[in-house]
Amino acid sequence: MSKKLLLEKAHVEGIRFYDVYRREGGYNSVEKTLKTLSPEAVVEEVKKSGLRGRGGAGFPTGMKWSFIAKPEGVPRHLVCNADESEPGTFKDRYLMEFLPHLLIEGLIVSSYALGSNDTYIYIRGEYAWIVDILEQAIEEAKANGWLGKNILGSSFNCNIHVQRGAGAYICGEETALIESLEGKRGNPRIKPPFPAIKGLWERPTVVNNVETLAAIVPIINMGGEEYAKIGVGRSTGTKLISACGNINKPGVYEIDMTISVEEFIYSEEYCGGIANGKKLKACIPGGSSVPILPANLLLKTAKGETRYMNYESLSDGGFATGSMMGSGGFIVLDEDQCVVKHTYTLARFYHHESCGQCSPCREGTIWLDKLLYKLEHGQGKLSDIDLLWDVQRRIEGNTICPLGDAAAWPVAAAIRHFRDEFEWHVNNPQESQIKNFGLAHYADAIQPITV
Amino acid sequence: MAEGTPLLKVTIDNITVQVPAGTTILNAARKIGGDVAPPAMCYYSKLEGSGGKCRTCLVEVSKGSEKDPRPMPKLVASCRTTVMDGMEVKNITSSKVIDARQGVVEFLLINHPLDCPICDQAGECDLQDLSYSHGKEASRYEFEKRIFHKIDLGDKIQLHMTRCILCYRCVFAAEQLTEQREHGVLDRGEHAQIATYIEKNLQHDFIGNVIDVCPVGALTDKTFRFKNRVWFTKPVDAHRNCTKCCGEVRLWMRGDEVFRVTARRDEWGEVKEASNGKTGWICNECRFDKKQVNDWVIEGPTHINRHSVISQGHYETLQKPQEFLPDLMHREPRLIMDIHDVSEVNRTNIDLSEIKGPAHSTDFNK
Ligand SMILES: Cc1cc2nc3c(=O)[nH]c(=O)nc-3n(C[C@H](O)[C@H](O)[C@H](O)COP(=O)(O)O)c2cc1C
Ligand code: SF4
Ligand code: SF4
Ligand code: FES
Repeated sequence: MSKKLLLEKAHVEGIRFYDVYRREGGYNSVEKTLKTLSPEAVVEEVKKSGLRGRGGAGFPTGMKWSFIAKPEGVPRHLVCNADESEPGTFKDRYLMEFLPHLLIEGLIVSSYALGSNDTYIYIRGEYAWIVDILEQAIEEAKANGWLGKNILGSSFNCNIHVQRGAGAYICGEETALIESLEGKRGNPRIKPPFPAIKGLWERPTVVNNVETLAAIVPIINMGGEEYAKIGVGRSTGTKLISACGNINKPGVYEIDMTISVEEFIYSEEYCGGIANGKKLKACIPGGSSVPILPANLLLKTAKGETRYMNYESLSDGGFATGSMMGSGGFIVLDEDQCVVKHTYTLARFYHHESCGQCSPCREGTIWLDKLLYKLEHGQGKLSDIDLLWDVQRRIEGNTICPLGDAAAWPVAAAIRHFRDEFEWHVNNPQESQIKNFGLAHYADAIQPITV
Repeated sequence: MAEGTPLLKVTIDNITVQVPAGTTILNAARKIGGDVAPPAMCYYSKLEGSGGKCRTCLVEVSKGSEKDPRPMPKLVASCRTTVMDGMEVKNITSSKVIDARQGVVEFLLINHPLDCPICDQAGECDLQDLSYSHGKEASRYEFEKRIFHKIDLGDKIQLHMTRCILCYRCVFAAEQLTEQREHGVLDRGEHAQIATYIEKNLQHDFIGNVIDVCPVGALTDKTFRFKNRVWFTKPVDAHRNCTKCCGEVRLWMRGDEVFRVTARRDEWGEVKEASNGKTGWICNECRFDKKQVNDWVIEGPTHINRHSVISQGHYETLQKPQEFLPDLMHREPRLIMDIHDVSEVNRTNIDLSEIKGPAHSTDFNK
């Protein structure tokens, strides 16, 4: 049984409300922080904990915090990224819905560490009901003296504001989020300057994911060093995984990053195996932006070693034979799923969500979408597959923000690992419309492979 | 070294220059000039915040700086990346850059109507130049192109959105030259468009400058529309006493007729500073309403040293490539070649603006 730090109390009745949350030990980390720790000491604890950003990029949080500029007389801001729009990712939703006070608690401690007196939660517009939950939790926290002026008699003031987005995936990118928060069009900014120097209203700003900020609570409660002992290597602490697709038990799971992918998919504690007795074909382990992996490479690395659910192991082999931890959106495909169709769906998503600012992404995502439509509908040519490869190659790395890369990677990985399926669509245009390609040589999931 | 801020050394395509701290790679490369300067479709030095969007100016940084010699992992937008001391940059000497740029040009063209034959910008269009220097001869895009309706932005400016490359220059220009910006970018991704939301006249004394900053034929001057091809008109520098702007303009004439008035542009296609050191943006009155020769004091023919087919022989000083470039590039620089070397039509001994009425083949066979 994995250790639970975030979701341990998720099922206590009434934990959504202040009284129960407090009775269960909530807000202890704020007390500890404000009474015994300096802001620098909090940053130090976070550094020691080895916590890495849970929003997708996995950047060490303590380091990110230490980069924030501190010019005299200029306010600083902490912004919580609750835009969660990556297909397959729904862990932040779970946290905010069931444990709103955990996020508020983490936000207070983090705001103190960063010197943010006005902290913002930018939440995905579609999460309309969660806005109410968060606002209620903020009211409760304020009424009980955890927010507002001179919190716990310290001289620290903090207010939390909730801002709803309007339904754009790109507003999850931190600089687009900041633009949107300022009331502008959600275009990502051109960096540098980075938000740590010039962010919200040109002030030093840190943007962190919901889960990252919630994890600050156990880190302060147990100490950074203790937290770092959980997990392996540079994957410390626990991670929320939102599992979905053709599995028996879709849902949000908290894991301590020492379990194998195989265990995660097949054990009763987690996904409970592939639904309907089907076989595993492929999986996107970290949200729609990361490369898809066929079953054999998912369960074992190219070297034949067991693949684990952590940052290092999932990216073992680079993009040639590995993937990424990403945001923890774990999408499982069984033998009946069509990779071409699946890739087309993703391409359509990125086409729809590109902000249109830079030419490779604006025009390239249209092109990927249209080519994949053709291939999926049995109208493609073999040369279209090469063209597809070439188009994604020229988007990747040449854009302003990582959405361009995110649009290119799934296409690249699909062609890299499932080229025969694409070719089958071209060579069997009619058959491909009524029947699936199936498993082919991915059937034998446990076989070690050599590359 | 001079007092004040020390100069930084940067090497671009094996040519070293010294520039003040804070200079972008693009501007350092422009100091060298010619082919070494990356093409820039969205950056505009006079418009704050511009650049970074079109991605045509991507370059490879093969050495970060003297202190940290690591190369940069990705190609960077030279218009938004500042130089470091000892930085080494590859522009046309990098196959990665050429490849990526080819990709960008292809992307810019897949939805472009390529209606140059009926476009007023033809002949002075940055996208034409770019396709010529960095593009491929054929497109691999076989889907229907995106189409927008033409919109009138008032009685003087027409927006032909289908041609727009979303460089945002006109947005920055309206933001920075007028008190109240009345147009902007609407919608997202493929649907993103320059628009006024509710169709609206753009009215401001300086709004006409959006026509000059537009690198393509998306914003055109309705008082000039379809009146003439630019290469049949002859650019002449002129000025008048204007209470609103610097009054220093370029007249595009044919015979004694003034067809068009624009701001003066420098060799990078950007509006030049006025002689008194102030900005060279011109007002709508000068641009749209002063179309008589006697409105103006003519200074003389414009010196153009590189810009598309209009840089004809009689427009003086066509700068030939610097000698060292071919050695360095192992090919003739294409962008700054003399158009007369390859064109059958443009001959130095024929003054196109002298031809009466439409030009015929007989005019060139004389
Ligand atoms: C297109 C795009 C969408 C993103 N969406 C989200 C999101 O919904 N939630 C999130 O936390 N991070 C998102 N990110 C990542 C953020 O830019 C940023 O890295 C993150 O919020 C940093 O938080 P962390 O350090 O705690 O991970 C997105 C990035 C991109 C490029
Ligand atoms: S990569 Fe796409 S989403 Fe990101 S700035 Fe460019 S056009 Fe916008
Ligand atoms: S209309 Fe012209 S200036 Fe404006 S964004 Fe389009 S191409 Fe750029
Ligand atoms: S000129 Fe640099 S990106 Fe457009």
